[in-house]
Amino acid sequence: MLRLNKLTKQYKTGDLALKDVDLEIPNGQVLALIGPSGAGKSTLIRCVNRLVEPTSGTAHLGEVELTSLSQGQLRKVRRRIGMIFQEYALVERLTVMENVLSGRLGYVSFWRSYFRKFPQSDIDEAFRLLERVGLDHMADKRADELSGGQRQRVGICRALIQNPELLLVDEPTASLDPKTSRQIMRLIRELCQERNLSAIINIHDVLLAQMFAERIVGLQLGEIVYDGPPDGMTPDVLTQIYGEEDWEATIEKVEDEDDEDGAVASVAAD
Amino acid sequence: MSISRIWKRPPFIKSPMLRWGIAVGGAIYLALALGTMEINWGRVADGLPRAERFVSAFFPPDFVSKSGDILDGIYESLWMTVVSTVIGIGLSIPVGLGAARNLAPRPVYLFSRGILALSRTFPEIIIALFAVKIFSFGPFAGIIALSVGTVGFYGKLLAEDIEDMDVVQAEAVKSTGASWFQWLNYAIQPQVMPRMIGLAMYRFDINFRESAVVGIVGAGGIGATLLTSFDRYEYDTSAAILLIIIAIVMAVEYSSGYVRKWVQ
Amino acid sequence: MPIKSSGTTKVWQRRDRNRQVSIWAVQFIAVAIFMYCWQLVSDKTTWFFVLDAPRITVDMVERMIPPKWSYMETLWRPVWDTVAIATLGTLMAVVMAFPIAFLAARNTTPSTAFVRPIALFVIVASRSINSLLWALMLVTILGPGVFAGMLAIGFRSIGFCAKLLYEAIEEIDESQVEAITATGASGPQILNFGIVPQILPAFAGISVFRWDINIRESAVLGLVGAGGIGLQLSASIDTVTWTQVSVILLVILATVIVSEWVSAKIRHSII
Repeated sequence: MLRLNKLTKQYKTGDLALKDVDLEIPNGQVLALIGPSGAGKSTLIRCVNRLVEPTSGTAHLGEVELTSLSQGQLRKVRRRIGMIFQEYALVERLTVMENVLSGRLGYVSFWRSYFRKFPQSDIDEAFRLLERVGLDHMADKRADELSGGQRQRVGICRALIQNPELLLVDEPTASLDPKTSRQIMRLIRELCQERNLSAIINIHDVLLAQMFAERIVGLQLGEIVYDGPPDGMTPDVLTQIYGEEDWEATIEKVEDEDDEDGAVASVAAD
Repeated sequence: MSISRIWKRPPFIKSPMLRWGIAVGGAIYLALALGTMEINWGRVADGLPRAERFVSAFFPPDFVSKSGDILDGIYESLWMTVVSTVIGIGLSIPVGLGAARNLAPRPVYLFSRGILALSRTFPEIIIALFAVKIFSFGPFAGIIALSVGTVGFYGKLLAEDIEDMDVVQAEAVKSTGASWFQWLNYAIQPQVMPRMIGLAMYRFDINFRESAVVGIVGAGGIGATLLTSFDRYEYDTSAAILLIIIAIVMAVEYSSGYVRKWVQ
Repeated sequence: MPIKSSGTTKVWQRRDRNRQVSIWAVQFIAVAIFMYCWQLVSDKTTWFFVLDAPRITVDMVERMIPPKWSYMETLWRPVWDTVAIATLGTLMAVVMAFPIAFLAARNTTPSTAFVRPIALFVIVASRSINSLLWALMLVTILGPGVFAGMLAIGFRSIGFCAKLLYEAIEEIDESQVEAITATGASGPQILNFGIVPQILPAFAGISVFRWDINIRESAVLGLVGAGGIGLQLSASIDTVTWTQVSVILLVILATVIVSEWVSAKIRHSII
């Protein structure tokens, strides 16, 4: 489980991106992080795997204190944290297979990875994951030949082949059309349930957050202003997080939720 | 339970015949090229003390004893560069315009491309060689050589830039009923200008370096002084000249960054 | 701002006054410099010879025709040497430019205060000195021959290749590097999986481009004794055998055409 304790990030320009954030995520919980641009969502998840260095505060993954690790130890722990990016961040010129296998880089020595001699168990797992997301037949295509939704699925495989305990997901649907967005979010939620994975999902689409997450955390100017279940998202809460707007149109009423899910499930033809 | 699937990284070149053909052919060529290169190791060994003398000549270099010649030579190289860059670019504009497929009628296009190809084939030094024969010794020959080189270089890049331009913008200007020259000035020039100014500075850089060399065949600039210092084993002076050349190139590179920003 | 109000009417000019004045000033200075330099050129030029030039040119061209085709037999070896100088020199340069480029790029250099300036200096020094000058130095040290020529081309090309390469490295998509880092990969693995695939097309293109240029440069090194067809050229001019000179020029033309074609083909197939 993940524990953030008074996590703070101040940039050199003086901007305070995170202010004393406290957060606890038990195993297997899928959490959606919402908030306006500049609220600190990206910063928060990057502080967990230290792609961005926190200014003060601590983060614990299970027993390990992430914030005090040396570079070598950090690399080892990063293997336990999978990350999925907004613009997919696949290595465009490598094939789908190579991109998925690159999730195992932390487990393989440099020379083995240079010659692409990954262990057979890794290759089996890669094929299994690609089948699971429906990209089995595209293993040898170059990443830049894929559509947005396909690329994101490869990104998901890359994160999962690490066999992580925690998933950090940065705006996975920002560049995708509405139908594909739902497919991807559904996929992530299913995979997390299958593997009892915790996940923090940065997302700006409040509707998607409500549909697919168990818990919603609202961030504003570096501070948590909401922490609760999806159906607690009333227009007042949204006004507090984002500002004044016609929120009725954005959020789901609780009664409609079951109908939506049912309708979407029957339409879904992955 | 499915059988384990083997995966290998797909090779860069798909057809195995082509792949092996290139690998084997390349290996054979390298072996031959290296083999036919006659290295007289004895001579190399003899040369090492001279190499040592040469390197030690840089600490410190001698700017003083031949300072008159050095200053004259550098000065000459600099204004040779200015003149040839200006003339060269001036001439390349019509040639470049003529060599752009989307601008020029076919015969003009072919003719201009021919001029560009010819100017680019021979390195400036060879052109300088002939220029010296024709125009006699001195910086004039060097300027001719560098200008020709500039036309080939700049004209080709200008033509390519024009061919790469956004057609829609040009169409829009044309549809207002602008004359040909107005069209050039409003549609072509703004698209092409930023990159071409950067390239002009780059060509200035190249011309300066070339001007330092054409003196070897008598076409003016610091090259002659440098050659003399080598022939007389005055390596201290050679080192001084080389360092000045490096310094000027660095200065040009540095200032080209500023010029580009100013132009934006 | 280019818009001013003059009474009740709004006046638009292309540029505001300050910028306009500074542009005029720059143009004025540029023209002045040019006129000054032209004056210097003029002083040093014997205009008599310049006016005589057309006559001399015609004379020279007449002497070059017809080309002495029998001379071709002696030229095969020099052409082979020239291509070898260019190819081996470019190979050497590319191998050395690769690490230097990584040391010089802002996002991959181990230390911006110490290592990067040194790498940048090596690059500038290498490319400031024309290959002919390198050849001059190397011939003095190592004696005449193809070896000196190869090293000269190599030393000069390091700067060119490393400069373009480090610019390509600085322009990569950092999010791909971020993603690979997030998996727990080590430094060399990040280089190998995140950075190198992004710059590979640029790297190949730059190498082939430089090889093409080097063919031209190698042809000339013989003028200072560093092997290749330049030796023949130098000899033929000294003995004033113009018919041989024309053959040599045609051979150089042919070699350049072939190498340009090859280089264009390879660069197209890499994209």
